[in-house]
Formats: sequence, C-alpha cells, structure tokens
Amino acid sequence: MENINLDGTPKTPSVTFNFENGTLEIRGRSIPENSVEFYKPLNDWIEQYGESPQPATVFDVKLEYFNTSSSKCLLDLFKLLENINKKDTDVKVNWYFEKDDGDIEEAGEDYQAIIPLPFTMIEVEEI
Amino acid sequence: MSINSIFDLYKTMERNHAMLSFKGLVTADLLDSVLRITESKLDHIEKSTKRRKKVYNILVECLQNLYHHNESVIKHGDNSKEIMSNSSILCISNPEDYYEIKTGNYISKEKAEDLELKIKNINKLDKEELRELYKSVLSKGQFSSKGTAGLGLIDIARKSGNKLEYSFMPIDKNYSFFCLNVKIK
Repeated sequence: MENINLDGTPKTPSVTFNFENGTLEIRGRSIPENSVEFYKPLNDWIEQYGESPQPATVFDVKLEYFNTSSSKCLLDLFKLLENINKKDTDVKVNWYFEKDDGDIEEAGEDYQAIIPLPFTMIEVEEI
Repeated sequence: MSINSIFDLYKTMERNHAMLSFKGLVTADLLDSVLRITESKLDHIEKSTKRRKKVYNILVECLQNLYHHNESVIKHGDNSKEIMSNSSILCISNPEDYYEIKTGNYISKEKAEDLELKIKNINKLDKEELRELYKSVLSKGQFSSKGTAGLGLIDIARKSGNKLEYSFMPIDKNYSFFCLNVKIK
C-alpha cells in the first residue's frame, strides 16, 4: 500500500504514515475550517493498513495547536487504531507536548481517558 | 461619515487598545489573514508562550464560529426579499494585562434560544466540570452538516478560564445580533 507523506501548511499538519515501518506521525498545527475533508484520507489509510498491519504500530502525535473539529477527527483516528490493536498489531501512542503547554498536555490526558490505547506522554522543549 | 470622524474612530480604537478590528464577511481567506496578522503581533508583544498560544487558540475557535455560523439577514418586503447584511464584527484588543476577543454576528431567534441555553450551561460549570463536558461531547458527539463538533464554546471557556460574556440584541422579529466577549488573562 502507498505511504502518506504530506508537508505541513499554516493550517494543516505534516503527515507521515509509513506502512513498512508501522510508524505514523502527525506534526505541527491542525486548524483547518474543514477538518473532516483533511482527515478522511488518513482514516482510509488506517482502515486499509489494519487489514495487514506490522506487528508493532507507533503513532507519534506532535501537535502545537489544534482546533475543536480536528480534536474530533483525532479521536476518530484513535478509535480506528483501537479497533486493530491486540488483533494483529500492538498499537502505541506517543503524545508530545511542549514544556508549559498545559492545554496540549490536558488534551492528551483527555484522549487517554476516553480511548483504551496505551499512551505515553512526552514533554519536549519544542515541537 | 464626516472627514473628522476618522480621528474619532482612531481615538476610539486607541482608547480600547485595539490590536485588530474587522467588520465584514468572514471568508476563509480573511480568516487566514487575521490569524497571520495576530500571530505576528503576538510574537512581538507577548513574552509568555503559554499565553500566546491560548490567545491564538481561542481566536481560531472564535473566527471559525463566525465562519460557520454567520447568517444572512433577509428583509422580507411586500413582494421581494432583500439580504440586509451577512457581516460580522471582530475586535482583538490588549488592554492592560489581558486580552479581549469580541465578536458579533446575526443569528435567527430560533438558534439564539438554543445558543443561550448552551452558554448558560457552560457558565455554570467550573474548570473540572468543563473538562468533563468537553470529554463527553467529544466522545459522544457527531459532526454537524457543517463539519463542526459542538465543542468550540466549551473550548473557549475552558482555555480562557473566564465566564463567557454575551448578549443577544433584538433586531427584528426574526433576528438577533449575538455579541460575545472573551477575556484571556
């Protein structure tokens, strides 16, 4: 299957979904007016990946800003990953947040409370 | 508008510590420009990264509310319909040691009722309760036809740490003008 490699824009994150390594990363800011349109191909990719995934899947979330409609889309990505977790692959989520950015840290904790995937919270100087 | 009123307008904006004011239709392009201008201004005047991010985040939600929920006010004449206005207003200011984001837009009376209930409920909640409400709407909610998640105002209240100041000014039998003031300390 084809990998996803998208460059970031002022309103959308960079996206690297790599099938061979089982690594998924989104990074930057996610504040599009129409988040559903942006995230649809990412949902589709995870669904297809789930048919023959790698034994281990790592999802790195390195977001500096995201709007509320992206927050719903992110939850949908986590739900899709949760569906394939423990079946044919072990999914791990790394949630990055900048030191002193309590809002992004809290958002990570909120997802952790909603979704039973294993989350690791990682504090960094700069995303 | 007389020529001298330009100076009055200037003084009003100066007195209100205006960073940016806009009146008109909020399009996707306008939204991009406002975000870009505000971000560069914040980079200059705000030392705290944390607060810079908060202001920017709240502004994104306010602008996207205007973008998605802006209504055209239609005047029903004897035998014609006329669009009166689909403009919104946005003012970002930095008085003393805090920021204010003020928005105003037309809304149908029917939607205004639901919105007012929603805001009253948000304003009753403390920090932890807002967080629980956010999580509950996030996990149970569905996208609207406009792609909005119903989380914007909850997020604004949660991030600003202040009650939402609002009013609905009656315009005619069908419309009100919705005013929102968000303070960010």
